Amino acid sequence: MRIYYFAWVRDHIGYSQEDIHCPETVKTISQLAAFLSQQSAGHAKAFDDLNAVRAAINQEFVNSDKSVKDTDEIAFFPPVTGG
Amino acid sequence: MIKINIQPEDFDVTSEIKSLRCRAIGAIATFSGIVRENSDSKSLISLTLEHYPGMSEKALDKIARQAMQEWPIESVRIIHRIGRLTPEDNIVFVGCASAHRHAAFDGCRFIMDFLKTDAPFWKAEETKQGTAWVSQRETDTSAKQGWLSGKK
Repeated sequence: MRIYYFAWVRDHIGYSQEDIHCPETVKTISQLAAFLSQQSAGHAKAFDDLNAVRAAINQEFVNSDKSVKDTDEIAFFPPVTGG
Repeated sequence: MIKINIQPEDFDVTSEIKSLRCRAIGAIATFSGIVRENSDSKSLISLTLEHYPGMSEKALDKIARQAMQEWPIESVRIIHRIGRLTPEDNIVFVGCASAHRHAAFDGCRFIMDFLKTDAPFWKAEETKQGTAWVSQRETDTSAKQGWLSGKK
């Protein structure tokens, strides 16, 4: 699946997108975040406090218990601060 | 009609208001967001706005549609700037055109309150102390909650 990172989530990880093939045990956004946090020290820092990170699936905001599938476009980012 | 632009370029408030005018319109309410120099007693050098291309347009369109379902609004114009901005720069414009003033005022305020919480934009503040991402304000989430609980 294609994953996008924004704002400080991207700053910690060091790049803005990646394609990941997840193990079958990853079924939800929170499981995906836990899996990603093991990928590097930067990922670990980005996903250190899961309450501080928001997610979208296919460009819609979702809660952490939402199911993910391999064809989804996923994004992780901080709470929004536009306007 | 809904027209949304996310752009680095500046906009002209007068011409945007003009574009909302037509014979059926008796009221246009607008909001202009401007980069403020002082934030939490630090002196701001610049703001850098980033967004989630694709999702940000969809999110703003959804908010505008919600406003048009709630009130008799003829047209909505939203412009959100991205990139590096400095104090006194325009940052956001919302215009709501309706037959009467109440729908125009309420719609404009509703769109701004939801834009603050439901559209994927992020601000980084540059001050003499360095650059830091802005945290979400409690007052922004409570403004949205006010609409959802019927406290308009």
